[in-house]
Amino acid sequence: MKLNKNLIIVALVGATLAFTGCDNNKNGDNAGALSGNMADRAYVAPGEHDEFYAFISGGFSGQLAVYGLPSGRLFKVIPVFSVDGEKAYGFNEETKPLLNTSYGFIPWGDSHHPDISQTDGKLDGRWVFINENNTPRIARISLETFETEEIIEIPNSAGNHSSSYVTDNTDYVIAGTRFGVPVPQRDMPIDEYKGNFKGALSFLKVDPEEGHMNLEFQIMMPGFDYDKAHPGRGKSDGWFFYTTYNTEESHTLLEVNASQNDKDFIAAVNWKKAEEYIKAGNFETMPTNYAHNVYDVKTHSATTTWKKEVRILDPAKCPGLVYFMPMPKSPHGCDVDPSGEYIVGSGKLSANVTVHSFTKMLDAIENEKFAGEAYGIPILNFDDVLAGTVVQPGLGPLHTEFDGKGNAYTTFFISSEVVKWKLGTWEVLDRKPTYYSVGHLMIPGGNSQEPFGKYLVAMNKITKDRYLPTGPEVTQSAQLYDISGEKMEMILDFPTVGEPHYAAGIPADLVTPNSRKIFKLEENEHPFVAKSEKEAKVVRDGNTVHIYMTTIRSHFAPDNIEGIKVGDKVYFHVTNLEQDYDVPHGISMIGANTSELLIMPGQTETFTWEPKKEGVWPFYCTDFCSALHQEMQGYVRVSAKDSDIPLKWTLDDEWYDSE
Amino acid sequence: MKKFNVLMALLIISLMWACGGGNSATEASSAPPPKSMVEEDADPMENKGIGPITELKLDEVNQELVADGLKVFEEMCTACHKVEKKFIGPSPKGIMDRRSPEWIMNMILNPDEMVIKDPIAKQLLIEANGAPMANQNLTEDQARAVLEYFRTL
Repeated sequence: MKLNKNLIIVALVGATLAFTGCDNNKNGDNAGALSGNMADRAYVAPGEHDEFYAFISGGFSGQLAVYGLPSGRLFKVIPVFSVDGEKAYGFNEETKPLLNTSYGFIPWGDSHHPDISQTDGKLDGRWVFINENNTPRIARISLETFETEEIIEIPNSAGNHSSSYVTDNTDYVIAGTRFGVPVPQRDMPIDEYKGNFKGALSFLKVDPEEGHMNLEFQIMMPGFDYDKAHPGRGKSDGWFFYTTYNTEESHTLLEVNASQNDKDFIAAVNWKKAEEYIKAGNFETMPTNYAHNVYDVKTHSATTTWKKEVRILDPAKCPGLVYFMPMPKSPHGCDVDPSGEYIVGSGKLSANVTVHSFTKMLDAIENEKFAGEAYGIPILNFDDVLAGTVVQPGLGPLHTEFDGKGNAYTTFFISSEVVKWKLGTWEVLDRKPTYYSVGHLMIPGGNSQEPFGKYLVAMNKITKDRYLPTGPEVTQSAQLYDISGEKMEMILDFPTVGEPHYAAGIPADLVTPNSRKIFKLEENEHPFVAKSEKEAKVVRDGNTVHIYMTTIRSHFAPDNIEGIKVGDKVYFHVTNLEQDYDVPHGISMIGANTSELLIMPGQTETFTWEPKKEGVWPFYCTDFCSALHQEMQGYVRVSAKDSDIPLKWTLDDEWYDSE
Repeated sequence: MKKFNVLMALLIISLMWACGGGNSATEASSAPPPKSMVEEDADPMENKGIGPITELKLDEVNQELVADGLKVFEEMCTACHKVEKKFIGPSPKGIMDRRSPEWIMNMILNPDEMVIKDPIAKQLLIEANGAPMANQNLTEDQARAVLEYFRTL
């Protein structure tokens, strides 16, 4: 009974907080240091717009969620690597090919690092790229439609974690290998890992007009674990930096065995040099097989192209292509400051944050001051490239972003905090707790040459007691800090979809002018489009039936169909004739072994139905479209396999048939 | 979706009420003033509607424009309007005798506002059982062409 009483008290307190929404910050213990003034800074009034978009990856959800900052309001979950019945993603015929891989159709993925396209080192608001870790892939999402337009598979790779970052002009988006693998894959003893497994670093060229990705070349590195990556910026444009761990090349109990070396490496890759080697023909062409899936906004459909070869560069045979810079203790985060001079490596088992200098690196290379080599790749001296050290700022440093005002912000996983420090002097300026176990952080534009240093989002791995419990699995969360002043101030805590792994943020006004409202019917090139009710029809081809259907508020055309038979394969190709903003229609069919469709104005989508039983089966609109939404429904008559009921269809009792 | 908006509005209003935001609550409770039946007596041909078209003079029928208008009408309007019968909405046949040209174009170009504010459009929405006139995002030129086609019906 005592428990029940407590519950009632909790409920009453909760209700009081909810209904006196104006001063709840003063009451709740969990509000902690939040003063009313701070809460105001995260408050965006109903009907008002947020200042920034935040694209926060869902980690193991495989998706990308779109939030507003500073409010933390969730606008949309963009399906990328996992199917989504709500949007028919991976269920309708048009988007199924996007999830094709050389292993077949895969309904799930692990999305990690979104990165927004850049021009001249500044966010340009055209596309978001995001990597899939498990079955290595990179996706491109259009910021005109906020939909996934392209997914390319990465061959010869595993654990695509050091991905999908873009160079200053989006020349390349990159993929890497966290789990060394035999290349090409073959049956061999696992304990022969050392010296035999490889870690491919992949460079995908991005078409500047359409954004289409092409796997230009791979650098076949030794089998270390390439964990995180960052392109050079400005003066270091042309280089890419990767943290490595497991330079021990261990294949079991990595928890212990990959932590033996006092230092691992940052691999510095000169990709402009790589281009020269490719141009000079200094590569090997390797047969392979991977999927390249592209969605066409005119046909509203994706297609898969199978790619059969890849160009390989061997760093041992390409002098000047790769150098190793020692970095203490299994570095994780690898971040380059907006000037391109400082390369910040966070040795996650180290007490310090180590910063290397690009200028010093070039100098050491020029003077050939090498400490040795690994697999034919020169190793530079730690002291020759060291710019400075942030001494004992916290426990378990992970990731660093920048505010463009000479400050860096690093997350500490073990001590659950964000620490602000100064580039050049390496002094700690401020620290604030996170709740709890923060992984990545994001400042809009914080990994570009021009950060918008107003807000910082910390993404936490654990929430424990921060929210109402929801059984064993509790929400994950992000936290928003105002970093416009000298000290960071936490102004908001908000739940996220899936694991908020990493994020990319951008001022809304760089995106909204290009945001698409409708798809023009006249531009619809779907092979099964019906651009008006006059074009609505039903066509039988053996056991396959194609229904060319239209929707408008609030009816389907046709809405009565007879002559369908058990054993038919029926394709509903549904075109939404609406040409007005925010008037999608949905459709679902009783017993169809698939999801609904959710069709935007001017779009055509297709679902498949294989009727198993005779009868008269209803279908209806699933998206509340108008006051007559409930009336938006229809029937299909299904007859026996050998029936001679003719195929015919109607809207409002004017029947048509295929003759 | 619209339902949720209403719920949200109610929720916000009730929260404001809880905070002592008396003004908002008063505004919310004041229903629109009752409309007289006067409008029914008004000459519909004098009503130009609400929207971008304020004045339109018609010359002789331009057959080229009629052809354009027929094409647009068939592509964008026939899901709800049929010439030979009342369908979801009225037939456009004889519309030039019932409505001013400005009203017709405004109804095509600005239906969302028309069905809320214009007395005739409001009445038509009721007669259509609440089926709204869809905004098909025609350009002014396209709407003008449709009007020209209507002149031939």
